[in-house]
Amino acid sequence: MSYDATFRVWRGDAAGGDLQTFTVEVNEGEVVLDVIHRLQATQVGDLAVRWNCKAGKCGSCSAEINGRPRLMCMTRMSTFGEDETVTVTPMRTFPVVRDLVTDVSYNYEKAAQIPAFTPRPREADGSHRMQQVDVERSQEFRKCIECFLCQDTCHVIRDHEENKAVFAGPRFLIRLAELDMHPLDVVDRKHEAQDEFGLGYCNITKCCSEVCPEGIHLTDNGIIPLKERVVDRRYDPLTWLGSKIRRRRPD
Amino acid sequence: MTATAPRRTGAVTPGRGTTETPPRRAAIAARTLRTDRWWLQPLVTVVVLVLFIAYSTVRAFQNAHYFSEPYISPFYSPCITTDCEGDTFPELFTGPSWISPAIYILVIPLGFRLTCYYYRKAYYRSFWQSPPACAVAEPHRRYTGETRLPLLGQNLHRYFFYAGLVFNVILTYDAVLAFRDETGAWGHMGLGTLVLLANAALLWLYSVSCHSCRHIVGGRLNSFSRHPLRYRFWTVVSRLNAHHMKFAWVSLFGVAFADFYVLLLATDTISDLRFF
Ligand code: SF4
Ligand code: SF4
Ligand code: FES
Ligand code: FES
Repeated sequence: MSYDATFRVWRGDAAGGDLQTFTVEVNEGEVVLDVIHRLQATQVGDLAVRWNCKAGKCGSCSAEINGRPRLMCMTRMSTFGEDETVTVTPMRTFPVVRDLVTDVSYNYEKAAQIPAFTPRPREADGSHRMQQVDVERSQEFRKCIECFLCQDTCHVIRDHEENKAVFAGPRFLIRLAELDMHPLDVVDRKHEAQDEFGLGYCNITKCCSEVCPEGIHLTDNGIIPLKERVVDRRYDPLTWLGSKIRRRRPD
Repeated sequence: MTATAPRRTGAVTPGRGTTETPPRRAAIAARTLRTDRWWLQPLVTVVVLVLFIAYSTVRAFQNAHYFSEPYISPFYSPCITTDCEGDTFPELFTGPSWISPAIYILVIPLGFRLTCYYYRKAYYRSFWQSPPACAVAEPHRRYTGETRLPLLGQNLHRYFFYAGLVFNVILTYDAVLAFRDETGAWGHMGLGTLVLLANAALLWLYSVSCHSCRHIVGGRLNSFSRHPLRYRFWTVVSRLNAHHMKFAWVSLFGVAFADFYVLLLATDTISDLRFF
């Protein structure tokens, strides 16, 4: 079963561009990326689109479909009515290179600023030991495919370009949480999370969690626990006093 | 995988996070291209919260009809002044009679809910429109989030959580007192007893599923295996925490309903259904 769908695709570059309308064939079982490819093959040979795995695993094909940040390869055409116009635009938060391709280097800059994983010394027999229950929380965040849809959606930088200087974005806040919860890591990144990576800018409105194609609970399991850990360090006189008096092991 | 290259120092300027001038975003004028009814959820939130605030404000200032032996409205408990109707709680002082006893205590549940991570999401999105819905532009020119006062104060949430627990104990005590009849003899149970019990139970669920609670019982540990008991607590709280939004709403309705039920009894609009 196939039908002709109306697609509106943003075309242009940093100098300007607009939404252009196309009629393109859709077959049963296809995803938005298939249709974009057909458009490229049959009507606009120079349409720029970034993709790689077509399996929701490489994080390359991020775009906005009917205004919602999504992976083009994981958005089934069956979610739209046959007479519904499907609008595909590049991610808004990042500078556009051309058509649907954006320059996501902001994310790599931020990634490089995060203090690296620093494990405690090895045990006497030369190994690192940890229990599964201890790393489980950190492992949830390792599912991240770095599609940067969460970064694209986060209103802190989406609506306020100037905040890019002071805010690392949800993907890197959960990276900080991942390291802070790690049983082997010995670096304390709590002050930096607040001062340099802008944890306080997040107002926990959960859009990052809403768009994550990997279903990572960024806000509930990463950002809020990290905020609570920062409170321990900076805003809670009792825990601060407790750590001074009892000199408890930082675990 | 995230790169772990050596850290650079110093602040970065807008754009890609480097010192270049910001490159341009795609020129799209529309505030959002979403085609669904994204405005519905914030609208419903505003309507429901405004209704609750209006009702509770009227009731808190009313200073009447909040006690009907043996039930006390949760808005007025603990009732700590000598002006109080009934004596469910030690009278700690005599305030000016025009100040409703609810005023002294409401700051705790109010502060608890205002700083709650879930309610923050709800009112930032609906009242402050920051953002109204995902991928819908917010109307503000500048945004600093919770980095400065007064919103920096949201970090006090755990203290409101502790204080909220004290209130839960008192409201549970009220529900237990509701097993006495009008004469003070034990062994009574009416619909009001159930209402107060349900209210207390919902408040406990709301408090225990709190994010700060999750952090305090175990979330702050990095090594669960060395604290098996706290890991168990954390697991239970985490499971409840997934439903925190639901508990937030249901317990809010619960409080309002419990108060409304007492209002109906106190004004003799209805009489309590007695089971025994
Ligand atoms: S929850 Fe925080 S990090 Fe996530 S999208 Fe909202 S403001 Fe951004
Ligand atoms: S956290 Fe989710 S949305 Fe964000 S980059 Fe990773 S996979 Fe994408
Ligand atoms: S092409 Fe790899 S995630 Fe879509
Ligand atoms: S009560 Fe909602 S997070 Fe604490």
